[in-house]
Amino acid sequence: MFAYLVRRLFLMLVTLFGISVVIFFLLRIVPGNIVDILFAAAGYVDPADKANLEKELGIDQPLVVQYWHWISGLLRGDFGYSYVSEKPALQEILPRIPITARLAGLALLFSASIGIPLGVISAVKQGTRLDYTLRVISLSGLSLPSFWLGLLILTASVSFFGQMPIFNPNPKTFLEAFATYAVPAAAVGFRSAALTMRITRSSMLEVLRQDYIRTARAKGASDASVNYHHALKNAILPVITVIGIEAAFLIGGLIVTETVFNIPGVARFLVEAIRWRDYPIVQNLVMFIAVVVVFANFIVDMLYAVFDPRIRFTD
Amino acid sequence: MRSVRALAAMAALSLLTVPTTIFAGEGKQGGVLRMYHRDSPANASIHEGATYSINVPFMGVFNNLVIYDQHIAQNSPDTLRPELAESWAWVNDNKTLTFKLRQGVKWHDGKPFTSADVKCTFEMLMGKSQQKFRQNPRKAWYSEVNDISTNGDFEVSFNLKRPQPSLLALLASGYTPVYPCHVSPGDMRTNPVGTGPFKFVEFKANESIKLVRNPDYWKRGRPYLDGIEYTIIPNRSTAILAFVAGKFDMTFPTHITIPLLKDVKSQAPNAVCVVEPTNVSTNIIVNSTSAPFDNIDIRRAMAMALDRKAFVNILFEGQADIGGTMLPPPQGIWGMPKDRLESIPGYGPDVNANREEAKKLMQKAGYGPDKHLAVKVSTRNLAEYRDPAVILIDQLKSIYIDGELDVVETANWFPKVARKDYMLGLNLTGNSVDDPDQSFYENYSCGSERNYTNYCNKEIEKLFDAQSQEIDVSKRKQLVWDIDKKLQEDVARPIIFHARAGTCWQPYVKGITIMSNSSYNGFRYEDVWLDK
Repeated sequence: MFAYLVRRLFLMLVTLFGISVVIFFLLRIVPGNIVDILFAAAGYVDPADKANLEKELGIDQPLVVQYWHWISGLLRGDFGYSYVSEKPALQEILPRIPITARLAGLALLFSASIGIPLGVISAVKQGTRLDYTLRVISLSGLSLPSFWLGLLILTASVSFFGQMPIFNPNPKTFLEAFATYAVPAAAVGFRSAALTMRITRSSMLEVLRQDYIRTARAKGASDASVNYHHALKNAILPVITVIGIEAAFLIGGLIVTETVFNIPGVARFLVEAIRWRDYPIVQNLVMFIAVVVVFANFIVDMLYAVFDPRIRFTD
Repeated sequence: MRSVRALAAMAALSLLTVPTTIFAGEGKQGGVLRMYHRDSPANASIHEGATYSINVPFMGVFNNLVIYDQHIAQNSPDTLRPELAESWAWVNDNKTLTFKLRQGVKWHDGKPFTSADVKCTFEMLMGKSQQKFRQNPRKAWYSEVNDISTNGDFEVSFNLKRPQPSLLALLASGYTPVYPCHVSPGDMRTNPVGTGPFKFVEFKANESIKLVRNPDYWKRGRPYLDGIEYTIIPNRSTAILAFVAGKFDMTFPTHITIPLLKDVKSQAPNAVCVVEPTNVSTNIIVNSTSAPFDNIDIRRAMAMALDRKAFVNILFEGQADIGGTMLPPPQGIWGMPKDRLESIPGYGPDVNANREEAKKLMQKAGYGPDKHLAVKVSTRNLAEYRDPAVILIDQLKSIYIDGELDVVETANWFPKVARKDYMLGLNLTGNSVDDPDQSFYENYSCGSERNYTNYCNKEIEKLFDAQSQEIDVSKRKQLVWDIDKKLQEDVARPIIFHARAGTCWQPYVKGITIMSNSSYNGFRYEDVWLDK
């Protein structure tokens, strides 16, 4: 198990280095830079002013030098300054992380707590009216884009209740805090819940057909014991994988949800930073997301090993 | 005795009526005005910006030397009011503009305001000081100013190369606040210090902007509001829904499109909504440096094929204005009268007749039903650019031109235009002051950085200067109309329409005036109050 852990950690570092190179150079391939955008906003371009500003921001230097500045800065704990706000990048990014983390966490919780039980029920009750109903709901969850669902929720709340579940930075009561995150988390988590449910259902159906399940039943184990102890434990691996991947994909859904619900999290901030070509913000933020995704995959790998010991011995 | 009683009765009556009159016009102190902001401005420095995303939230932090009356919708020379200047006078054959400055005014950090602040602000704008702005988009406004001189702490003079009566109009723009000498341009971007009714508290990019009442404001009893808070909501649907739900007292100015206005009125029937021109024209930039638009016949044919009314009907449900370079009357001060406008080729009411003429010009240039001209219509990737571009492509079909939409991201738009890497461009031009000097020199003068098409006509250049020096307004108007007509005939930057847009606020918000010929000059908000 220790060798497995070390190998995974090493691969994680190599992946992060590769990602840093890709992030940096892909960002520079995108046409236009912050100076172009600032002058576009000013409605004119003065070559001398433009050159001065490029020099001031250090984007006139060779790419390799810029990359080295960034990476060596990161290793020293220096995240640079936002080109737009002229504040330290870390000061801009850090306060937004907990907001997105809460939202993503709640969405994942929503996804797992709804998706897994409903998936199990759907598999156990295969072919019944309940199964069909749940399958239609899951299909709708996969088909509805989260921005549309978000707008639908907002419009319905304003039309029917005259209320707007818009982000409240200083919630005074638990209810206010819950309302701040729960509605957008449900909007973004609905798709994940549907996906989790479908994977749980198909995985469960496969396991339920296995001989050892029949043996368990023959031995007189109760339905609950068979379904949850014998079947679910073996069917859960693909579900864990999907939830892990969803954690990574969630950031995409969050960009839209944060925009629709006007939540000042990192996802919306990232899009805005890309629009401005605010390199220090984009690089550090994408790197942070990469760390989260790679780490989530690492956790999934570890969970695999815990749930299925064959993996750590054969890997 | 009867007369004494009568006098007493009259006195009592006057005591009852006078205070009522005063209170009816007075606002209540207190409350925070909550608004949404349509996007996150690059920074807080008005002098470095060229969008009213900066003016709207930060104009209240500052004062100008002079300002347009904030309660009269139409900006004009008659509505100029003193602000940091108590008075002004033209001397030296109208070549020197001298201001007597208000005394006892303090910057928000407690330092006194003096003539040195005025001098350093305008020297920075003219590019003549040690400290430089990162960007200086309105440098051209001061091209006729030789230097700025001070006489003691409270008198300052603008010494001009030649008379330029419009200088006062430019100084009254929301784009012309006076900056403090003791704060660097960098600090003004992140932590602006002004003399205005509201003090800057914080600007969280993509999140919020907060201002608080300046308790030491030089104008006694102002502002009424305790503060103004802007929540930045780039998504228009979310922002409008939040206004309808009562989360905001007011929408971002001119943010409600005409089609959306009906939705707002149906969902929030008590809201007060006004529709005004924004002084933003939608126009075509033509690359006349290379084929096929180096041929004046093809340029003219294109301009003559425009059905401007169709644009206005489709995009604005009829509520937009057709005009030349200057905003048309009645809101515009300098726009051509209808009869003069309709005498310009392509502006006549009979679109079919115009297009027949256009077809003849196209045939002269070698095109016809069997040989269409293929062009790319480039534009920015924003709805207000894309939508008219699509209509333009559709209209050009009628004169054998097959257009293809080329959508360009904002970051690449100006570099592309500057490289002349386009054939036709669909463009929006915002005019911050309804004055020909602002529009003509900025957009059509030889060598101007914002003259995207490099249109250069030495004859017209002389007329620019002639109108600029003309003190008699009616004579100046005639000159301006001649220039405007010539610009349209030369297809310098064909104007399609002048947009209108809506602004809404809750009925308890008082003292708001939306400017009818500018989107940049009406946000001091010191007289705004909440009746609740």
